[in-house]
This record gives sequence, C-alpha cells and structure tokens, in this order.
Amino acid sequence: MIKFDNVSKRYPEGHDALRDVSFSLNRGEMAFLTGHSGAGKSTLLKLIMLMERASRGQVSIAGQDLAQFSRDDIPYHRRRIGVVFQNHQLLFDRSVFENVALPLHISGYDEEDIGKRVRAALDKVGLLHKEKLNPITLSTGEQQRIGIARAIVHKPQVLLADEPTGNLDPALSEEIMRLFMEFNLHGTTVLIATHDLALVSRMPYRTLTLDQGRLING
Amino acid sequence: MANREPVKRGAERQRPADKPVADTSAAHAHKGAAKHRVDFVAEFKSWIRHHKSTARQSLQRLWLTPLPSFMTLAVLAIALALPGLMFVGLKNINHLSGEWKGDPRISLYLQKTLPAEEAERFSQKMLLRTDLAAVELVTKEQGLHEFQRISGFSDVLEFLDKNPLPAVVVVQPLDNQKASLSALQQALNELPEVEDAVLDMVWVERLSSFVRLANRVVLVLGALLALSVLLVVGNTIRLSIESRKDEIQVAKLVGATDSWVKRPFIYTGFWFGLIGAVIAWLFVEISLLLISTPVGQLVSLYQTDFELQRLGFIDSLSLIGVGVLLGLFGARLAVGRHLREIEPQ
Repeated sequence: MIKFDNVSKRYPEGHDALRDVSFSLNRGEMAFLTGHSGAGKSTLLKLIMLMERASRGQVSIAGQDLAQFSRDDIPYHRRRIGVVFQNHQLLFDRSVFENVALPLHISGYDEEDIGKRVRAALDKVGLLHKEKLNPITLSTGEQQRIGIARAIVHKPQVLLADEPTGNLDPALSEEIMRLFMEFNLHGTTVLIATHDLALVSRMPYRTLTLDQGRLING
Repeated sequence: MANREPVKRGAERQRPADKPVADTSAAHAHKGAAKHRVDFVAEFKSWIRHHKSTARQSLQRLWLTPLPSFMTLAVLAIALALPGLMFVGLKNINHLSGEWKGDPRISLYLQKTLPAEEAERFSQKMLLRTDLAAVELVTKEQGLHEFQRISGFSDVLEFLDKNPLPAVVVVQPLDNQKASLSALQQALNELPEVEDAVLDMVWVERLSSFVRLANRVVLVLGALLALSVLLVVGNTIRLSIESRKDEIQVAKLVGATDSWVKRPFIYTGFWFGLIGAVIAWLFVEISLLLISTPVGQLVSLYQTDFELQRLGFIDSLSLIGVGVLLGLFGARLAVGRHLREIEPQ
C-alpha cells in the first residue's frame, strides 16, 4: 500500500531529512514509525501526503508513483488518506459535528449521508453526545479523539498519525492506540509516528525506526 | 509530467471507494455507463449544493463582523455612486444638447428695406433650390412677436414706432459637410435680397466639444474609481483569507481542491460588489430626488420642457452589474495571489 524506494529528501536549506529510505507496508498492515525528534518522521508522513516531494527515489501509494501527480491531483490523493496530528488542527469556530463533517463536505457527500457518517465516526471514538459542542470546551484527550474521528469519517484506505499521543497521559494514550488497532482490524493501513517507545514496545506491531534520516530498523 | 498515463489520472479522480464507482469492464459496458451518468449527476448536484451553501455562508459571514463589513460597503458604495452620478449628469447634458443638435441651419437676414411680398417671393425661390431640405420664412411681424414673447421686453418695444427687425428666412441645408456648409453660406450671402447669412453652428460645436470633454473626464474618473473598488475588495478579501488561514490549511489537508477553497472568498467579493452597488444606486437616486426640484426651477426659467433624466432600468442594471463584476474580479485577484501561498505545514 505504501512503498518507499531509496527515497531521500533534502530541504532547500540543505538539511537532509531523509536518506535513502526503503520500506513497504502492505494493504491492511499497521506499523509504528519511531525515532528521535528531527529523525525524519514528519517528513516521511509529509511525503505520503504530498505536502512535500521526494528529492530522490520513489514514493508510491496503492501502486501509484506520487511523482506523477500534478498539483491538481493532490486533493484527490489526500481524500483517500486520513491524518491525525499531535496538535489535532481542529477549528474552533464551529461545532464538533462540523469539524468532523469537513472532509465529507469537501468530497461532496450529501447532507443526509454526512449526518450518518459523522455520527458513526463520533460513536466510534465515544463522543457522539458532544457533537453540538465547540471543540474548545473539550479536554485534550477528547479533542484528539475528534481529530481521529475527522481522519476516519470518510473511511480512508490509509490512516497516518503524527505523534497522536504526544500530549496524553499513558491511560489515554492506550485508549487512542486501541482505536487505531480497531480501524486496522477493519482493513485500514495504519502508520503511526511516535517517540513513545514504551507504548510501542507493548504493541505487537512492526516498528520502523529512523535515525538522522536513515531507516535503521524495519 | 508529460509521461503520466491517463488511466492513472482517471483512477485518481474517482469518488471515495465506498461510493458507487463506474464499472468500466467491457462485459458491463452499458451498466457502467449508466452508473457513470448517475455519478456525474450526483457530482453536479453536490457542486450546486456547495455553491448554494457557500453563497449563503459568505453572506452570513459579512454580518458576523458588521462594522468592518459596513465600512467596506460604504467605501464601495461611494466609489460606485460617484461615477454613477457623473454618468447621470452626462446623460442629462447629452439629452439637453440633443434638443439643440438637430441639423445645422443658416439664417438669412433679409434687407430691411425689402417689402413683405418680396420676402415672400424670395422664400418661394429658396424652396425651389435643390440643395436645401427645408425653408421657413419668419416675417418681420412674426419676428417681433416672438421677440416680445421670449425676451419679456414687450413694454419697451411698444415705444418704438417702427419694427426694427428684418424678415428672416431660415434654411436647412441638405449637405451637412462642414466645407459645403460654409460654401453654401457664402453663396447665399451673395444674393441681393440677403443682408447677412449666418450659420448657426458655433454654439452647437461648442456644446458638442464640451460634451466630448465631459465624456472623457467621466470615463477617466470612472476608471480610477473602478480601480479603487478593485483594491478595496482585494484588500478586504486578503484580510479575510489571512484570518481563515487555519481553516484553509485543514481543508487542503483533507483534500480540498483549490476551487473549493477559493469559492467562499469569491462569493464574499460577489456580495460586496452586489450590496455596494445597490447602496450606490440608492445614493444616486436619492441625490437625484434632492436636486430635481432646484433643477426644475432653473430649467423653468429657460422655458424649455426639459425633464431631469434618472438612471432608468438599463443603467441601474449596468451599475449593479459593474459592481458585481468588480467585486468578483477583486476577489479573484486577492485569491489568486494569496491562496497558493497557504499550504499545510
């Protein structure tokens, strides 16, 4: 599903974020991406999202070489990927429901369909009863779960997460991880970047480790 | 990107996986086509839906920040009302000059000693000429009568024992070319019955060159004010983009196309243009109402049946149309410049 072939990324300032990274993740597989901060985890996710482009090598998603995608193709590429961020990127000028509904509005679903799907997603993260609230009134853990609901509401083929448990205590972190595992059971390919090694070691999943832009384990 | 396979791009543009997707296999060709049509209709419907909801939300958003919106609208309305007013002024001048423009005439002042019958015969002779379109005799008595009526000097004239006015034959030449007009005037001047032949053109020429100048001034000022409308809308939209940066980034991350992101701002420009133009229209009409009474009084002094021209239906529509176009164009300028710079980090 996700395939990196000798991928390097050098930023314009000359910093090498990724060096010669190769790995592949099968459809329906779940894996962790670890490494110190600055090891290149975020860059790797950005390449998958086409927020950045590889300087060398080839990134392919579902067999399609991302280098072939023009600027106009990027939105359609992103619609099959769900992303969860550490800083959850919720919009505080609208309700929880509207936050989760955003990807569906963008993809052009009709209102009725949106209502059903948003409630299903909120139900999965256990926040169905908070749909009318403004996310700013929720706790950090709840906000993170809203972010997850938004990432999975359109049933993406791939789910990416960048430090999804960064601000959470261990109990909440476990809960979030259990959510990811559940989506993975339904066939979604999941890649989670985290530096929480203790958490990773308790999970029975493959771990890709980056060190200064090189993949040293995976 | 020239080597991209078309198949890949097609697959890329499909709806999300759980939506019905066209089955393109040969065995199901016609079924596939039908599904594809449904998909297209659904897509079109959702496009319309997004336009409607975006238009509504952009309008609502204007009322969320009433004061700044009102200030912007006031500036737009004034910038649109000024050329609107100038245009109406021009329209009135054109209308006024139109009453005088007509065709140039030559007034033949006959010899004062010429008897009335001779004057009559002379005007008959003029009628036979092939280079004149119309001939009108104003006898001494008619001239005096008209002079009394227009000038208001009737009392004074009663003291005169003799009519001081000559008989006048007013002719309208067929050929209105400037050169042939003055040649004709020369020729008529030579006639023994004629004391003086006057071409009534100077006044018309002055007026028409004044109108031309006024037209040009209105055009230039109108263009400058249109430019200011563009800049005001552009700047307002730029600020609006700036304040919704987070939203734009998130939307782009979850797959919003450029046109989806642009749409609300374009609609904001549309509303600014439309509402600004409607207020400008009100300004113009109210101003005209305010000046219509004094204009009427002034005009009545000149004894012409002149009626103040208002904007009218077509020009009102044009004013509003221009406002809308400037709003849309200003928004497009701002959006084109600033939206591309906002990418998710």
